[in-house]
Amino acid sequence: MNQPLTPNSFRAGPDEDGRFGIFGGRFVAETLMPLILDLQEAWETARKDPEFERELDGLNATYTGRPSPLYFAERLTEKLGGAKIYFKRDELNHTGSHKINNCLGQILLARKMGKTRIIAETGAGQHGVATATVCARFGLPCVVYMGATDVERQAPNVFRMKLLGAEVKPVTAGHGTLKDAMNEALRDWVTNVDSTYYLIGTAAGPHPYPELVREFQSVIGKEAKEQMLAAEGRLPDMLVAAVGGGSNAIGLFHPFLDDKDVSIVGVEAGGKGLDGEEHCASLTAGSPGVLHGNRTYLLQTGDGQIKEGHSISAGLDYPGIGPEHSWLKETGRVDYVPIMDDEALSAFQLLTRTEGIIPALEPAHALAEVVKRAPQMDKDQIILMNLCGRGDKDVFTAAKHLGVDL
Amino acid sequence: MTTRIEDRFAKLKNEGRPALVTFVMGGDPDHQTSLDIVKALPGAGADIIELGMPFSDPMADGPSIQKAGLRALQAGASLKKTLDIVRSFRDDDAQTPLILMGYFNPIYIYGVDAFVRDALDAGVDGLIVVDLPPEMDEELCLPALKAGLNFIRLATPTTDDKRLPAVLKNTSGFVYYVSITGITGAAAPDAGKVAAAVTRIKGHTSLPVCVGFGVRTAEQAEEIGKGADGVVVGSAIVSAIEASLVNGHAGETTVSDVLRIVGELSKGVSAARLAKA
Repeated sequence: MNQPLTPNSFRAGPDEDGRFGIFGGRFVAETLMPLILDLQEAWETARKDPEFERELDGLNATYTGRPSPLYFAERLTEKLGGAKIYFKRDELNHTGSHKINNCLGQILLARKMGKTRIIAETGAGQHGVATATVCARFGLPCVVYMGATDVERQAPNVFRMKLLGAEVKPVTAGHGTLKDAMNEALRDWVTNVDSTYYLIGTAAGPHPYPELVREFQSVIGKEAKEQMLAAEGRLPDMLVAAVGGGSNAIGLFHPFLDDKDVSIVGVEAGGKGLDGEEHCASLTAGSPGVLHGNRTYLLQTGDGQIKEGHSISAGLDYPGIGPEHSWLKETGRVDYVPIMDDEALSAFQLLTRTEGIIPALEPAHALAEVVKRAPQMDKDQIILMNLCGRGDKDVFTAAKHLGVDL
Repeated sequence: MTTRIEDRFAKLKNEGRPALVTFVMGGDPDHQTSLDIVKALPGAGADIIELGMPFSDPMADGPSIQKAGLRALQAGASLKKTLDIVRSFRDDDAQTPLILMGYFNPIYIYGVDAFVRDALDAGVDGLIVVDLPPEMDEELCLPALKAGLNFIRLATPTTDDKRLPAVLKNTSGFVYYVSITGITGAAAPDAGKVAAAVTRIKGHTSLPVCVGFGVRTAEQAEEIGKGADGVVVGSAIVSAIEASLVNGHAGETTVSDVLRIVGELSKGVSAARLAKA
């Protein structure tokens, strides 16, 4: 069979052309190409610059509140009756999710490049809020593109962004969803190349975005590794994280990729089931294609037209996935599985009642997989899950699905 | 053997005028009307035809061409059907160069080798693929060139002298100069700046240079045409299709409206010759 060879290290990618195996690359219009090369140069310089690292570490500590705690979920562990369950609590970050880790890193990069205007795309609004937040912090004008459908569904986040001084532009082009918002952000960027920095929200897009977003999010996995060694004196047996574009997951996974005894599970949004059209499981039900600057797994038709995704969680509602995840799937290093809307909703309620933590619907997907796996494992085994966002934003959605009128 | 594109530019050089390059979306507003339009374009004054391959996510296109792509897809367009349009066009026209323009994913899914073979077989002369910069030449550019298709590259205002040789290296047929930093059909280009950019590009290549993005009227076509080997018009033509629709479908005037606007643009580029002489 055509199985890719197991590489010596799973942490070496991407290569100099931005490839993870056949995935990744730089599939962009010529107008953007010189800019992408500038960004790469700025990134190469910044990542070796101790001053850049010091500044980012300082902001992570005093602005975001890092390190986020590692928490042993005692009651949940008892209830499930198997492996010990730990959460990496990135939901406690300023702005309520892991998104801020990436935004702080990128805005420092934008400043180094002398850019004076920031644009971003957002689905649920979490990345939009995080971007608007760092723009307020650094006094830069911010434009957030958001699908018109999402603007309606996520009114509180739209208001937050506006409070923070951002301009929210509803996107009606295409079908008015996250992928259309990303197209519109790219159109803005191509029009305002000189002044503007495109602050992408996930570990996808043209090289070097997948790499730099991963590096900014890897703070999650690095901290978790140290914290786990301190708490248990050993590494976990299993990592679990939700994947939409895949930035919280790659942030947790990457520092562990070469630890062979750690099994790794990525959880996709199975929506209403993979048999129909209403899901977002690009890795389990999609195929490789080229969109938004990279080759990766996509939900698409036999003619190469991109399909709309569906999930109860707007943050997983993207028909693609970061290219490194596509490669980790093909090499077999990470196991990707779907979780349905109703399973995520049950897990959302379970965590709320057993641990007093309201999770976002995205990590609720990861939790639903933990609920399936923990009872199958021994009591001396350990699962580490990324609790990447808090659920305040989702209470209205949850109420609607639970038949409660607020 | 010379190619259709070379023959056409040689002919236009004799006439002393720039080429009118017209863009329409394959299958817009429906397959048959699209075919009727493409077949009638040369008679109305189009020297080179660019036929769009519809894609769900056209990230370098403005609203007019975005909507044209969606209309075509809703009417059942596919890459295979776009190639069918080319094949039918070639039944009656052996001279007019026809170039396919679009994004890589539908081609990648069709299969690069199969696509190159079928495109040649259908009578396609060249390809413009927006999201394949020179860094991605191995994906499609090199296989296409090897098989005998022209690969027409976009050069832009951000393509500086340092980068230009890389952009021109595997370009053939002509160079497509994108007159603005932006999307199709946006701001009007400044004719003076465009002429300077064309001169700069010509310092690096002997290929003809055509200019597009933002050219809408006969007057602009004339102005831009004075300083270039060709003028590309897309959004204005595609907008005419949109304006002619009745309840979202082709109306009685759809084809004639397109041909009228192409006729006007053709007068514009011909006037560029008179001005040049």
